[in-house]
Amino acid sequence: MRRYGVLNETTGMPESAAVHSQAEREIAGSHEVSPRPWKPKASAASLFSFHRVLEPNFVWRNMARGIEAVPPLYKAFTWVEEKTKRQIFGCRMCAQCALPTTAYACPQTCPKQLRNGPCGGVFPDGRCEVYPDMKCVWVIAYERAEETGHIEDLRRLVRPIDHQKWGQSSWINYWRGRDDDLWTEDDGLDDPKSL
Amino acid sequence: MTNSSAAAKPEPEYFGRLHRRLATGGFAVTAEVVPPRGATLNGIKRIATHLREWIDAANITDGQGAVTRMSSWAGSLALMQAEVEPVMQFSCRDRNRIALQADLLGASALKIPNILCITGDHPRFGDQPEAKPVFDFDSVQLLWTARTLRNEKRLLSDKKLSVAPSWFIGAVENPSAAPQRFRAERLGKKIAAGAQFFQTQFVFDVPIVERFMQQVRDLGLDKRCYILCGVGPIRSLRALEFLSALPGVFIPEHVVKRMRGVPEDQMEHEAMELCSETIQQLREIPGINGVHIIASGWDDFIPEVLTRANVGKRQHDDPAAPSEHVERPTPASTSSSSGGQASAN
Repeated sequence: MRRYGVLNETTGMPESAAVHSQAEREIAGSHEVSPRPWKPKASAASLFSFHRVLEPNFVWRNMARGIEAVPPLYKAFTWVEEKTKRQIFGCRMCAQCALPTTAYACPQTCPKQLRNGPCGGVFPDGRCEVYPDMKCVWVIAYERAEETGHIEDLRRLVRPIDHQKWGQSSWINYWRGRDDDLWTEDDGLDDPKSL
Repeated sequence: MTNSSAAAKPEPEYFGRLHRRLATGGFAVTAEVVPPRGATLNGIKRIATHLREWIDAANITDGQGAVTRMSSWAGSLALMQAEVEPVMQFSCRDRNRIALQADLLGASALKIPNILCITGDHPRFGDQPEAKPVFDFDSVQLLWTARTLRNEKRLLSDKKLSVAPSWFIGAVENPSAAPQRFRAERLGKKIAAGAQFFQTQFVFDVPIVERFMQQVRDLGLDKRCYILCGVGPIRSLRALEFLSALPGVFIPEHVVKRMRGVPEDQMEHEAMELCSETIQQLREIPGINGVHIIASGWDDFIPEVLTRANVGKRQHDDPAAPSEHVERPTPASTSSSSGGQASAN
């Protein structure tokens, strides 16, 4: 009996990796073990501008502290954040947002959840090896970074995520300064950084 | 040959034969060995005996293609017993950070001199697509972990290690995969994270490697690492179809035409010709320090293709097999930054 290894005629890929129905995708939602690449629903340029507004300052810091002090408020805030970010970025609430290093294409939507660039299996035309009907999220990130002159950002080394934080508000974590060490300041080639 | 051994110059420390070959400017040859689906070391030992004098080291794959086979540390040990230096592959697919660090320490304790840090194939392609993909780390983070353990003598938790591990740290790159303009940059990221040598995915299109290496040299990265290009035979039409469907493998049209243009019984000969031509062309590219041959079970391929490509047999200068080395301290040159390429090429 051959359960696996049957090649799909159109994609040339194993049948298990072939196109999935919309319904199947919705059922799986954010809980599936292998996320799917997500094309952000806003331009990189507009998000870079929007980010400047959100940069931590006196107002945001105090607001974050205030929200965190009241658990129901924190819950409501996180709910709004999740709904918004899921729509735009396919956010899965890892709570350690790497979007600023990837021209706002979420690396957690990579099936392998790679935070440091694409794997070696991307097709020459940019399709994802796991979901060949979709574009690799890192190819999307590269194109957006190139378009907005942010290739430098992709050179930063991004540290592993803390899995205890899933479901938290990454905006609050950002404003409270807990995200400061998520990635290196530069490419680290001349001055290797500690992990 | 000339003086007595007492007058010989003190040799710099090397992690193993592969490191020595590369650091002394030689053209390195590694091969890929797929461990058996079965509780035996016989196959590995047979291949090792066959290849011993032709290669500097052999990779033992780690659940390649997401198909269960014998673990890479056990395979590495079997290679060492047969006096072939192993490159132990480490995939992030099946282990979280606790297990990865544990196995990294184990590899060094067993005196495995080379490790190769990779992300790993997705379970979707394997014989058990229902498995949970771990991917706690990506390949860059695993390289970073390995360097931290070795150079800082601590775990990621900051707990001190009683003895620091010691291995030559390797990584992979695929010049054919998209986005091609980012591939050299990604090589740089891996060097920054700790990679000292690279092995590439199969290469059938030399111009892609030329473009890639141009970018690598433009970024000055060829001076910071050693690069071994992946090559292998297209033995039959079935192999051609299989390789074409493999994620990350790109076979250009002219190669497909050439292989389809010969009668089935001539394909092995043609595959040998094509691969030896590729090796010779790759050798001319500045910054390419060797080849990594993936012969997929064709045992006689490696000796023959190396003979045709004028690479020849290896002369292992070191008297003892890697397994008999007593202590291999971390070379000073690799204490902080990566590689420290002395005079390759």
